[in-house]
Amino acid sequence: MDLSIFLILVQDGVVNGAIYALLALSLVLVFAVTRVILVAQGEFVAFGGLTYAALATGQTPGAIWLLGGLGLAAFAGGLWQERRRMRGGALLRHALFTLALPAAIIAATLVLAPRRAGIVVEVLLAVAIVTPMAPYLYRIAFQPLGNASVLTLLITAVALHLALTGLGLVFFGPEGFRAPPFSDAMILAGPLMIPGQAIWILGLTLALMLGLYAFFEKTLTGKALRATAVNRLGARLVGIPTAQAGVLAFGLAGFIGALSGVLIVPLTTVYYDGGFMIGLRGFTAAIIGGLGSYPGAVLAALLVGVAESFSSFWASAFKEVIVFTAIIPVLLWRSLRHGNGEDEE
Amino acid sequence: MSLLEITDLAVAYGGIPAIEGVSLSVAAGQIVTVIGPNGAGKSTLLNAIMGILPASGTIAFDGAALGTSDVSERVQAGMSLVPEKRELFASMSVEDNLRLGFYRFRGQGRAAMEAALAEIYDLFPRLKERRAQDAGTLSGGERQMLAMGRALMAKPRLLMLDEPSLGLAPRIVRDIFHTITALRRTGVAILLIEQNARAALQVADHAFVLETGRVTLTGDSATLAADPRIVEMYLGQARSAG
Repeated sequence: MDLSIFLILVQDGVVNGAIYALLALSLVLVFAVTRVILVAQGEFVAFGGLTYAALATGQTPGAIWLLGGLGLAAFAGGLWQERRRMRGGALLRHALFTLALPAAIIAATLVLAPRRAGIVVEVLLAVAIVTPMAPYLYRIAFQPLGNASVLTLLITAVALHLALTGLGLVFFGPEGFRAPPFSDAMILAGPLMIPGQAIWILGLTLALMLGLYAFFEKTLTGKALRATAVNRLGARLVGIPTAQAGVLAFGLAGFIGALSGVLIVPLTTVYYDGGFMIGLRGFTAAIIGGLGSYPGAVLAALLVGVAESFSSFWASAFKEVIVFTAIIPVLLWRSLRHGNGEDEE
Repeated sequence: MSLLEITDLAVAYGGIPAIEGVSLSVAAGQIVTVIGPNGAGKSTLLNAIMGILPASGTIAFDGAALGTSDVSERVQAGMSLVPEKRELFASMSVEDNLRLGFYRFRGQGRAAMEAALAEIYDLFPRLKERRAQDAGTLSGGERQMLAMGRALMAKPRLLMLDEPSLGLAPRIVRDIFHTITALRRTGVAILLIEQNARAALQVADHAFVLETGRVTLTGDSATLAADPRIVEMYLGQARSAG
């Protein structure tokens, strides 16, 4: 291996690692706020990628009907759960969020999709179509569970992942799709040729991380989300509705997932069930980072990305084995260091 | 009309009743205390009033029955609870804890929040000194101040305090009770639960005695403080405990 191959592998790993970092961040966030391990995180990636790929070729993505269906289900589910309490303003807000919002997005897509409105509009549209699915799913699947145990929530999350994979096949079909890159620019830096898409990925990832940091550190809503994660009862006592915090956390996870999908679909062919393996790498990073630390998760995700690119160079048949095996020594080390009385509920 | 009116309240843990047939009321601006031995159901009572525990019977706040409304809706209505375990946001700064207490008014803008914050810092100057510190690093007395400050940020009309003096040094307990007396002047009604019956009866207008889940005695504080049963059961004990 010479220096240029080494650098290319590092670059590849960092670009992939950036995506895993985003996914790891949203997994940590969702777990901290809701105690749900979002197994279905990868589905949002696949849906985001496939939706953008359809839009980029001037097709109307099937995802809009999935969005409408989930909105409808969330509307009905919410109405049933809160039939005794929801009235007036709350009912109106619920209807706006679960019915009017998807209707508006569907209408915008039907108008804009055939006209090839340009990359920026298509990216925004793809993200807008997929993002609300996540809070709808929270409303349908997790909110009724209230204060269920982590295990019950995990089983539900696995079921949700399987259901979404099936729905993905229905709405996107079995073929894989790929989209053209955001730009064909290529930056030469010494022996490195950095494609424009890599710059886009790194730039947007960094911007999103800074945005998340500002949201959690500077805004009261962001602090309320952190507070819910730190002390759920305390959060309820200051008047933060924890269900709303869950909806918000899922919304962020859906947004991050969808954006990640849009970013990678120009690099790799995305299939309806391809999100799981990508999400699993984010999960590996989140676990290595301790499932509680945001910087830890980001660092671990970059390591996972680099480990993946090097193992695919040396032993490509084993690259998945190598990446996922990395979790074992980390878990061993953590359990030896912390003993077995770790922060279990 | 009373601010809080509880009729025939009952809470059970898995079929075993913790409190039964409890009726009590708190008038606006009044300080009411509930005293009683450990395990009498005092904390259960406050948790039921706040909506943390499901209860039967009726709880009316400001004339409206609360029904099955959620904790956050009760905060919106003007109720605040400082729980026995304080439930602070340990890994967040003192000031962030206080700001989150203002969550109920989050639409009112920055100036309103800063004004509320300044009031709390006036009441608890110590919190201002510690504003940048994580809540988890505070001493027991400071934690109680922060928990009370956070609850007061929501400008409640009814403040419920669960054992505010528990585990605190006598000097700090005195400060806390001074603060409770000072709060009376702001017009907030206080429902105070205490094992320190002597101090509680001194600051309260009215008192209830809760024993094994039922109200066994009620009356204005001065009368109860002179009642021989109370003197023997609670005040004597308080004296020997220091």
